[in-house]
Amino acid sequence: MIRSLLVRGMLVGLAAALLALVVAWIFGEPQVGHAIGFEEHQAALAGEPPEPELVSRSMQKTLGLATGIGLYGVALGGLFALAFAFAYGRIGSFGARATSALVALAGFTAVELAPFMKYPANPPSVGSPDTIGKRTALYFGLILISVLFAIAAVLIGRRLAPRLGNWNAALTAVGVFIALLGVAYLTMPTVQEVPKDFPAVVLWRFRLSSLGIQATLWTALGLLFGPLTERRLPHRSPATAATPITTA
Amino acid sequence: MAQTASPQSHSQPIPVRIPVRQLLPWAIFAAVLALLLIYFVGAEQGATSLIGGHYVHEFVHDGRHLLGFPCH
Ligand SMILES: [Zn+2]
Repeated sequence: MIRSLLVRGMLVGLAAALLALVVAWIFGEPQVGHAIGFEEHQAALAGEPPEPELVSRSMQKTLGLATGIGLYGVALGGLFALAFAFAYGRIGSFGARATSALVALAGFTAVELAPFMKYPANPPSVGSPDTIGKRTALYFGLILISVLFAIAAVLIGRRLAPRLGNWNAALTAVGVFIALLGVAYLTMPTVQEVPKDFPAVVLWRFRLSSLGIQATLWTALGLLFGPLTERRLPHRSPATAATPITTA
Repeated sequence: MAQTASPQSHSQPIPVRIPVRQLLPWAIFAAVLALLLIYFVGAEQGATSLIGGHYVHEFVHDGRHLLGFPCH
């Protein structure tokens, strides 16, 4: 059964990646093009010879982009299926659809949104090649920290639920997550490497489209995975349940 | 307030947890595979490199930037 969940997760991830790819083509690629134009213009002004193209631009923005987002979608779908399998039946009595949507919401927040707000996506020509090692470590480090905080918040929420009720326990968990994240934001180093003359509009639109691509991917994953798996999941009907439904 | 068993609640199935023992082997296997894929899209030949040259980096370059991974 886990194998079937995993395969479905990866297939739904691929479908979600296709939708994200459409967003990337329409909103993301024009900004990548502007950024590369800026980079070439700066290089020409500095009198540097143009860099040789290892992979052509037309290849990068078609097959390359599709491969990158497709692989990412499949991998994310697999991890999502596992997170779902752990969460199902453990975060309350939510069915498959609600569990899937909640896991996707938590996943998007912890894996994408929280790291993005500290270390947002950058178009080509923003970011110095000398600091790539440090920036990569900080970005992946913050994803890990944010996921651990989210897990801690869920565990705290589950613990408080019997005493505070589900709603207040969930609110407390969200509060704990935000507080922990705030501490991480304040203690981790800031990265500011936007070139002085880089067009603000291109940067803004690029970052917005990056967030839009990720939001599309996670939303599609969260909404499609539940209905496609709910019939395969173990459940019992209340009629045959150990504790009969009491009527008063 | 009295709890009533409506036809709605009768048809609502109760989710049953999947045992962790059953989940763990799959979780380890799939997580390793997925993280490897994400590594190739997000980091290979940027800060770290398993394969020589820059072909992988250049090929998935647009995806790497647009998905929000650090680059350049
Ligand atoms: Zn780049």
